[in-house]
Amino acid sequence: MELLPTIWFIVIAVLWTGYLFLEGFDLGVGMLMKLFARNNTERRVLLNTVGPVWDGNEVWLITAGAATFAAFPLWYASLFSALYLPLLVVLVALIFRAVAFEYRGKGDTDIWRSRWDWAIALGSFFAAFGVGAALALTTTGLPLNANGDREGGAFAWFSGYAVLGGLAVVGFSLLHALAFLALKTDGDVRHRARRWFVRLLPVLLLPLAGWALFIQFLEGKPWTWAAVIVAVIAAAAAWFLARRGSEGRAFMAMGVFLILGSASIFGAVFPVVLPSTLDPAFDLTVANASSSDYTLGLMSVVAAVGLPLVITYQAWTYWVFRRRVSASQIPAAHSFLPAIAVRAFTTKG
Amino acid sequence: MEALEIARWQFGITTVYHFMMVPLTIGLGLVVAVMQTFWHRTGKVEYLRMTKFWGKLFLINFIMGVATGIVQEFQFGMAWSEYSRFVGDVFGAPLALESLLAFFVESTFLGLWIFGWKQLKPGIHLACLWVAVVGSVFSAYFIIVANSWMQHPVGAEIIDGRPVMTDAWAVFTNNTALVAFPHTLMGALAVAGGFLLGIAWYHLWRRRTDGIDTIGADGKVIPGEAAIPGRDRTDYKVWIRSLRIGAVVAMISFAGTALTGDLQGKLMFEQQPMKMAAAEAACHDGTGFSVLSVGNLGSRNCDEIVALIEVPGILSFLANGDFTTEVRGVNGLLDQYKADYGTHLPDNPIYGERAGQEIEYVPVMEVTYWGFRMMIGFGGLAALAALIALWVTRNGTVPASRWLMRLAVFGILAPFGANAAGWIFTEMGRQPFVVAPNPDLNGIDQVFMFTAAAVSPGVSAGELLTSLIVLTAVYAALLVVEVKLLVKFIRGGVVSAMPELAHTPADKNGDASKGPGTGKPADDVLAFAY
Repeated sequence: MELLPTIWFIVIAVLWTGYLFLEGFDLGVGMLMKLFARNNTERRVLLNTVGPVWDGNEVWLITAGAATFAAFPLWYASLFSALYLPLLVVLVALIFRAVAFEYRGKGDTDIWRSRWDWAIALGSFFAAFGVGAALALTTTGLPLNANGDREGGAFAWFSGYAVLGGLAVVGFSLLHALAFLALKTDGDVRHRARRWFVRLLPVLLLPLAGWALFIQFLEGKPWTWAAVIVAVIAAAAAWFLARRGSEGRAFMAMGVFLILGSASIFGAVFPVVLPSTLDPAFDLTVANASSSDYTLGLMSVVAAVGLPLVITYQAWTYWVFRRRVSASQIPAAHSFLPAIAVRAFTTKG
Repeated sequence: MEALEIARWQFGITTVYHFMMVPLTIGLGLVVAVMQTFWHRTGKVEYLRMTKFWGKLFLINFIMGVATGIVQEFQFGMAWSEYSRFVGDVFGAPLALESLLAFFVESTFLGLWIFGWKQLKPGIHLACLWVAVVGSVFSAYFIIVANSWMQHPVGAEIIDGRPVMTDAWAVFTNNTALVAFPHTLMGALAVAGGFLLGIAWYHLWRRRTDGIDTIGADGKVIPGEAAIPGRDRTDYKVWIRSLRIGAVVAMISFAGTALTGDLQGKLMFEQQPMKMAAAEAACHDGTGFSVLSVGNLGSRNCDEIVALIEVPGILSFLANGDFTTEVRGVNGLLDQYKADYGTHLPDNPIYGERAGQEIEYVPVMEVTYWGFRMMIGFGGLAALAALIALWVTRNGTVPASRWLMRLAVFGILAPFGANAAGWIFTEMGRQPFVVAPNPDLNGIDQVFMFTAAAVSPGVSAGELLTSLIVLTAVYAALLVVEVKLLVKFIRGGVVSAMPELAHTPADKNGDASKGPGTGKPADDVLAFAY
């Protein structure tokens, strides 16, 4: 077993898990803008729970992508080119979502807000679904030839696993967002989010649990099986804790569920990073897809310093904005007097 | 169109578009950080207003840079998988370090700055902006390192057919990057300078035509006040200071781009002589700089191009710093390139339809020749305009002319044009290589890649065309939205970024008490709400 490529496989698994843990709830909050919030004030409560942090959360995705490029160029090249159209959908979804967060509050008509609400909700949905599909397919395989290129045309990647993975991340994000809202808001939104969480947990976690279990049946190792079992226990704990009203602990239990579930999946497929469904000889593995030890060594040093630092200052951000947001604190929408209308009032000074 | 052409158009369109947002983000970020520092130091309310107003425009633009940046990272793998496989060992590292060390910092601390006006102590709040801005500068550095490796590959050797990094220090201190990085930063500041100048001019002009500011008998401005929120004497200070800061930044940054650009040119004559010969549309060896060349530049056939006006010696100066050394022209270089890198692409399926075809070593000279001149022309024009603006506004306000105001606003586009032209020149001048070989003495000559070999073999032209159309349409629509929002907030003036001014009477000292260091309301959870 090669040490540095293995370390980088773990780093990339950590980056994806960090992404799903953090952006998971802001993707879910985005979808809940249309599914859960009942009026403009509630939508603004939802938006402001993730306002200061969503952009920092999204960088986990960018870093996961860039780290894959640098550490496993062949994995990055094959996965991204094989999933050309689904990733295009993810990109467009992320573009609209990002712009919508920033621009929604900068207009003052209902149509303006409603359009950006849809952009946030649909953008979050398609981003979550697409990322889930891509992650599922990198564990179950793509029709790759000897060079690592996709055979069979633009839709050859499509399979039930893509749908399962997509639903898994959408379901998890929705549930995670409900746990997050119960923790981060106050008043009616808080209580409703908790009720929804308790009611919907079994349904929303089903696809992710299904994906994790499916991978175990294919490739499971004793420790990854154990991780799945503990993950299921963590999900049950989240349910009981939320019912009891321990919102913080329920959220943490969701985190444990995700970390173990993700570890069980990445751990089971190791050392294969992207199987070929055409011929196992074409599988991309930790050994044959990685960069040189020199490059990996350099990046290991930087990541050893950089990643803890990122976690520290992002944790500080959550600490700074730790207080609950409630409908009563939402200020009136920005209204401003355009200078253009000012001429009539002019007096000389 | 074949896949390669579509993929190149897509990369060009998405990159030039992304790079409309990026220089404004970097340049305006630095300027806003300086403004907030002034406010922090002096407590003068005009600096707070400047911070809020320019900060608002900064954010409207920033988000577009973020949104379009993700496309950049993804499309190396999506559309250029062979490129990614070939260069990943070296090229991936600066990209990974960019997200890990720079982009995380930028995004996280900007979130703290936007929402932390009341949660954070003033000094810490200001520090968050500085950290975010420094993050964006580092981000530029890492991206330039990656790009410079495509222009001038260093610190690597070929193992099993692929370049492998052997010297990270060489990669991260690539001389190409060390001059391109300040050049890019100065270009970004030039954009910010023009932006401040044009918009501040507009507002000073409005105050004049609205009759708020008047001209006294001595020809100097008499700032006035209207009983309208935000249109007080402080407002006047906001715009005149912004205008002067903008003009000074524009001039200094142009000088900076000229100095760094000169260094860059001299390197490029060594490292990519064909690019510089094509920038001149110079067929034969010579010393003269072409002011105007005509003929069919697009034909790539040197014999059809005639240099009408040439300044002797200048080309030698650009290349070598003297007036006599002959600079090699396209014709001489062509033979050398053919001898060194072959006359035909190898008959390898990786080259797709281009396999076995003759290699066109001369870049599209229409683009390189005019791109080079537009970069310098637009940049110089903006700096000259800034100098004139300082002179014209020496009495404290702008002329009442509507046309001059329009010219100043329109002038905002010039530095954007210079940036875009510079990048188009340097990227298209590198063709037909995606990683250019280095004929210079220190270069590693065998690390290069033809663009024709870089595109994803498994991706169809139909997929590429779909994404080209979708992304172009989305970008066009969002550009309209962004510009409309910018115009709306610009016209609204400071009060559009500080609605609190509208709630308190427009007392010129009214908000002075809210200087740095004052207490924060205890139950105010949201300093800023979406």
